[in-house]
Amino acid sequence: MDLLELINFYLIPGIVLGSIYALGAVGITLIFAILRYAHLAHGDLATLGAFIALAVVTSLGISPLVALPFAIIATGAVAIGIDKVFYEHLRERPKIVTVMASLGIALMVRSVVQVVWGVDTQTYSRGIVRPEDYFGLRIRDREIYTVLAMVALVGVLQLFLTRSKWGKAMRAMSDNPNLALLSGIDNKKVVMLTWGIAGGLCAASGFFLGLNTELKSMMGWHMLLPMFAAAILGGVGRVEGAVLGGLIVGIAEEMSVLFIPSEYKAAMAFAILLFMLLVRPTGLLKGKVL
Amino acid sequence: MEILGLVNYALFMAIFIAIYALLALGLNIQWGFAGLFNAGIAGFFAVGAYTSAILSTAADDGRIGGFDLHFLLGWFGAMLAAGLIAWPIGKICLRFRSDYLAIATIGVAEIIRLVIKSEPVLTNGARGISGIPRPAGDIGYMESQIAYLAIVLAVLAAAYFLVERQFNAPWGRMMRAIRDNESAAKAMGKDVEFRRLEAFIFGAALMGLAGAMFAHFNRSITPEAIDPMVATFLVWIMLILGGSGNNRGAIVGAAVVWIIWSVSEIATDRLPHEYAVQAKYIRLFLIGLMLQLVLRFRPEGLLPEPLRGDRRTSQSGTEPH
Repeated sequence: MDLLELINFYLIPGIVLGSIYALGAVGITLIFAILRYAHLAHGDLATLGAFIALAVVTSLGISPLVALPFAIIATGAVAIGIDKVFYEHLRERPKIVTVMASLGIALMVRSVVQVVWGVDTQTYSRGIVRPEDYFGLRIRDREIYTVLAMVALVGVLQLFLTRSKWGKAMRAMSDNPNLALLSGIDNKKVVMLTWGIAGGLCAASGFFLGLNTELKSMMGWHMLLPMFAAAILGGVGRVEGAVLGGLIVGIAEEMSVLFIPSEYKAAMAFAILLFMLLVRPTGLLKGKVL
Repeated sequence: MEILGLVNYALFMAIFIAIYALLALGLNIQWGFAGLFNAGIAGFFAVGAYTSAILSTAADDGRIGGFDLHFLLGWFGAMLAAGLIAWPIGKICLRFRSDYLAIATIGVAEIIRLVIKSEPVLTNGARGISGIPRPAGDIGYMESQIAYLAIVLAVLAAAYFLVERQFNAPWGRMMRAIRDNESAAKAMGKDVEFRRLEAFIFGAALMGLAGAMFAHFNRSITPEAIDPMVATFLVWIMLILGGSGNNRGAIVGAAVVWIIWSVSEIATDRLPHEYAVQAKYIRLFLIGLMLQLVLRFRPEGLLPEPLRGDRRTSQSGTEPH
């Protein structure tokens, strides 16, 4: 196998898949760092976002990419709503209780998707998209959009976190919640903001998975493990770490087919997760360990 | 005939409740005693089911085994295998907060599912393993159901007494101390990681045993026999509703939740076909909602964790976790 083939069939799909994981992992890492628990409904929230985009596409008849902002906003709002109704009153209790509640939310969100959209596989647009040829590299348009959108969304988020007042407040909550509260940061607004951002990124992640493959009610749940592996690999609380982690997990999954039977592709994320917990639980970029 | 059918259904349901009660007891050791979050119950259940199936079926050319051993050896093997899988996972994850264990156990269950699906040499693939001997299975149908129920109940009773005994023993007290105040327990010289590992392995072994009893009851085991997410979640809601930290609560919770779950299935089965499929998912939604409501309004469950010693006199309103 020559280098070009390796890039075309393994590296490029890996980067695309990695970008999808990265979008979800950034949300997971934010929730882990600011609210301090593992949010197990993250994958199913991504499924919901993908299907909301599908509803917009079919009802308004617009192109999927135009539908994406709608899905991001709607899913962000759903995430804030879920927090208000189900998680907020558990805040004073041990964090693990919220983790359990989020497992229940995962089941609830998924069953809503299954009731409203059914369990059959769906797609945003029919037909086969042939990849274009760029000097021997074969890339589909949607793959370029996926990577560009990931870079743009994370870039904006990073600017927001470092430059704006509310972004700084979020980082303060993550670094030292007591000190942040003492210096007058509005805890409730930071929590809302975190859920809005995480929910929106979830929708983007689910949308691009649906755009590059197909929409299934279990698609998000199967992404949960890779997303967590990415967040922990990059270092919990580090946005750029989550992106790096997502890309590594995505590429590792696609490349793993060269060495292990393809049925076990999904096991790569788990192996990475356990390996990191064993040798370097702070992740590549020195994150938190809860 | 009608009455016979009802008795039959009740027997069937009782056997399932007993099997789920074993799972809930196993989870109670992990969560109720030690505060460990296991989100991969179905994985340990499946390992137990397949291990016992491989050990106790007659030899088959297509796969490893069966070894045609006595069913008791199969059940023992199931406990051993589930415990052996729990060991490395616990070893790696129990150093951290329970969130990491939650994620890792989801992963374990996923890997086990993959192995079952893609290793026909071990599990006979999608066709599953059939011809698993059922203790007291060669007498009449009804007698055999009754006999199996008696066996399952005996196992459940034994498990209950052993777990309850441990709970009241110094070991149980130490586990609760570790759960409620890790640093204080550490300061008293308790090996927190090792004790948690013990609780995790014991719990997993019980789950494996429940899997084996399920396989022997059905006489076969296939990858589709249980829906991993639903099974895991049902056991969680059983324990939380029944009362985590209370072994009787775990058993009561198993009975209540399983009865609600099966009766709602009968109700939805009567719906016209176009609604029946959706109704299945509405049931899932409601069971998820039930967990949220219990967590919010009655976190201690139907039978709260018994307070002992000093805590009984000072009767504080604290919850188990």
